Amino acid sequence: MTPTTAQQARVKTLKINGRDVSASGDQTILEVARENGIEIPTLCHLSGLTPVGACRLCLVEVKGVNKLLPACVTRVHENMEVFTDSERLRKYRRMVLEFLFTERNHICAVCVSNGHCELQSLAQQQGMTHVRVPYLYQKLHVDASHPRFKVDHNRCVLCTRCVRVCDEIEGAHTWDVFHRGIKARVITDLNQPWGTSETCTGCGKCVHVCPTGALTEKGVSVAEMAKRRQFLPYLTMMREERG
Amino acid sequence: MMSVISKYKKPTPPSSDTRWKLLEATMRRHGYKASSLIECLHTVQEAFGYLDEDAMRYVAYSLRVPLSKVYGVATFYHFFTLKPQGRHTCVVCTGTACYIKGAGNLIAAIEKKYDVKPGETSADGELSLLTARCFGCCGLAPAAVIDGEVAGKLTPDEILERIEKKVKSHDNAS
Amino acid sequence: MTMHPEDLDQLAQARREEEAQYRHRICVCMAAGCLSSGADKVKAALEAGVKERSLEKDVLVKGVGCMGPCAAGPLVAVDIDGVIYHDVTPDDVPAILDSLEGKPVKRLEMPKDSPLFQRQVRIVLENSGKIDPESLEDYVAANGYAALFKVVTEMSPGEVIEEVTKSGLRGRGGAGYPTGLKWSTVAKARGPRKFVICNADEGDPGAFMDRSVLESDPHRVLEGMAIAAYAVGADMGYLYVRAEYPLAVKRLKQAIKQAERQGFLGNNICGSTFSFHVDIRLGAGAFVCGEETALIASIEGNRGQPRPRPPYPAEVGLWGCPTLINNVETFANIAPIIRNGGEWFASIGTEKSKGTKVFALAGRVVNTGLIEVPMGITLREIIFGIGGGIPDGKRFKAVQTGGPSGGCIPEQFLDMPVDYESLASVGSIMGSGGMIVMDETSCMVDVAKFFMEFCMTESCGKCVPCRVGTVHMYNLLDRMTKGLARMEDLDLLEELCDMVRHTSLCGLGQTAPNPVISTLRYFRDEYEAHIKDKICPAGVCQMATAEVYA
Repeated sequence: MTPTTAQQARVKTLKINGRDVSASGDQTILEVARENGIEIPTLCHLSGLTPVGACRLCLVEVKGVNKLLPACVTRVHENMEVFTDSERLRKYRRMVLEFLFTERNHICAVCVSNGHCELQSLAQQQGMTHVRVPYLYQKLHVDASHPRFKVDHNRCVLCTRCVRVCDEIEGAHTWDVFHRGIKARVITDLNQPWGTSETCTGCGKCVHVCPTGALTEKGVSVAEMAKRRQFLPYLTMMREERG
Repeated sequence: MMSVISKYKKPTPPSSDTRWKLLEATMRRHGYKASSLIECLHTVQEAFGYLDEDAMRYVAYSLRVPLSKVYGVATFYHFFTLKPQGRHTCVVCTGTACYIKGAGNLIAAIEKKYDVKPGETSADGELSLLTARCFGCCGLAPAAVIDGEVAGKLTPDEILERIEKKVKSHDNAS
Repeated sequence: MTMHPEDLDQLAQARREEEAQYRHRICVCMAAGCLSSGADKVKAALEAGVKERSLEKDVLVKGVGCMGPCAAGPLVAVDIDGVIYHDVTPDDVPAILDSLEGKPVKRLEMPKDSPLFQRQVRIVLENSGKIDPESLEDYVAANGYAALFKVVTEMSPGEVIEEVTKSGLRGRGGAGYPTGLKWSTVAKARGPRKFVICNADEGDPGAFMDRSVLESDPHRVLEGMAIAAYAVGADMGYLYVRAEYPLAVKRLKQAIKQAERQGFLGNNICGSTFSFHVDIRLGAGAFVCGEETALIASIEGNRGQPRPRPPYPAEVGLWGCPTLINNVETFANIAPIIRNGGEWFASIGTEKSKGTKVFALAGRVVNTGLIEVPMGITLREIIFGIGGGIPDGKRFKAVQTGGPSGGCIPEQFLDMPVDYESLASVGSIMGSGGMIVMDETSCMVDVAKFFMEFCMTESCGKCVPCRVGTVHMYNLLDRMTKGLARMEDLDLLEELCDMVRHTSLCGLGQTAPNPVISTLRYFRDEYEAHIKDKICPAGVCQMATAEVYA
């Protein structure tokens, strides 16, 4: 919904974790929290891309609401009382991470993104030291058909950042998701090898927004794949300027 | 493969098959809007029995929808199939009422006799075995649709007999 | 063409007179259940028989909608004493025609004092089994479109909403949100355009209420949608129907054409300034599209994935515009509410749940089929009264309501009234109206596994808890049904249920654990028997013998 200018202009005051903070009316809980140095874990969220509320790591408690709300898409309102950290939330966040680690094959020691991986650092932050549910061990392939990049589906967490950056920023919409549920997977064009894609411009934005070692540059070795995202806020800003 | 898509050039159908006219009619009825993607895929599936790459590409170009989106939509919905079906199809209902009344035994019997798993077509291309989430014929549980005909209150023997009849009638006709 | 009040009366009168010319009417059920048992052949044989005996002027043979007891089809109703014949074959036709001037054919007769018909109150199904669903005139003769006429010529949108609010009608799709409140939210919302959507993507495995209404009385749903559109200020409506219901789709298409021709849909409805167009969109087999934001995504031509709410579709819906989404049964209640007044509707049912509810009664029960009962009736009256109890002398074990989002209700709650709150209090939901009866031969762990398998394959895959959590829960249940689980797995299962329920993005994930939670609550002993004793008390599950749990 496009908020009216009056709404945007109005300053709201609310409490996050007991602290009084102020925000403008169209901000999300996540934006306000981060502005005030309050950390809320996120994975599918990336500033500059449309939020989707899919990973559920940013769920927070709001007083008077019996459901947990995703901070990335929930807008603040006057006198809202938000709690970003509780035993219950920590437990759920650890379980979301456990689910991701068991869904596919995430072995950090042999990953090019080791040390630069958001999934890995989230697990460290949230104290997810082991998983209690059995590994699903899906056997997925690695597509190295593109001259410069490769995609390892075993390390994909389906955050759809690649899909969104390709559609919203690059404008190519080469990536999308096929099937559904546990069978869902990112694809290029008609589920064809990336290298044969008719629409890929080879810009590499998808590689750099990918939080894990799923999308990487070719030729890098274990732990070498650091991602550069400085372009995203800049591109987004210019786009907004142009309207 | 269409390499150049001019803004002014309408994509041409993948072949001279007259069934593309049906698709053309659906697209025209919806003003070639991107939102008619699912309706168009329904038309293709009804006309050709399944969605192949040429069809998806043609729909994508005509409606100006990204290729990956067409593929994503086509695979999201159970109703669409990307593979051709067998000469005969048997859809077994696996809704709750049918499940409680033994739909599993019907599937097991067909699997055993035709060596085919749900969602697959037998090696000779004779029979496709499919499952559905409820025909809404719960009063007739367990039910199946064999070549478009609903059959209810089935036993494993009965369903095999009905399929056999269909397969035989085809053999005689050809 | 423009319709005037007297035209509507004339149309109705002409139809009634036409029917009155016949001495006898023979109605053949042409809904999907009876059709699949050969009702079309019975109808053809009846028509041929009438012709052969040169009775065309005296006897009318007509196809009608669902009569209810689907398992006993094909059903034929004859006007003498309102008798209904069951399991009719073309061979029975001479006997039926012979009997027209005398006594009914005993061997085919359905006992009229059958509780199947006694306890029912028909509002939504008032025309089902009586009118020809393919005839607009038949619907009009049964007071059809009178409510729409009244609304556009005599009432303001606010008055319509007030009447619906007064009726106390709540959404029949499952959650039971007050319909009047929903309408007034959409009416108040601002947008360049507004839309009305009828959710006919009936996806609960074991439910066929909506299909039956659409096949038996399609105009009723269109009338409800048009009234809603007038009330909220919409000019366009979509009927989102499962592609798996070809007969319903065909009849709806026909009904829309007929209504447009008579001026009940289209521009300047009934000569007023109100215009409303309806189009059909086919669902393509995705249970999640019953969720309103996923349904909207699907109508827009996308993957049917839900998005976080708020904003709710009432404010930001189809193409960003305020959108009213109601289910088939909700819309089907609208015309009678307008015709008879909200107070009349509110006089039926309980304090918080008004009116009637249509249920699809199925599973291990003698009389399966479609029933409409007043809210507040007990489960026992439905299952043992109308349903005739459990066949083969077996013992009742549980009744499942609400499909994959609902729960299993055990024997001790049989005398509980059926309303939204009571069902929720025992861990189930009203749902859209599927009611599956289970006896001692059903294993509750297996039933929980069945529903979890359903949710797992129907999960859209967008959010992590539902996409991965349903797989883990299914795998645990699968191990239990094979005798391979340990007691710790039961704790883990409960923990997963709690997490998936509270963290999933949409209703599908949030309610996916319900069948497990409710069976664990009432049938924990069965789970323990599978785990500790490696026995399935109902004898359903095949226990693995040689495998060792690693």
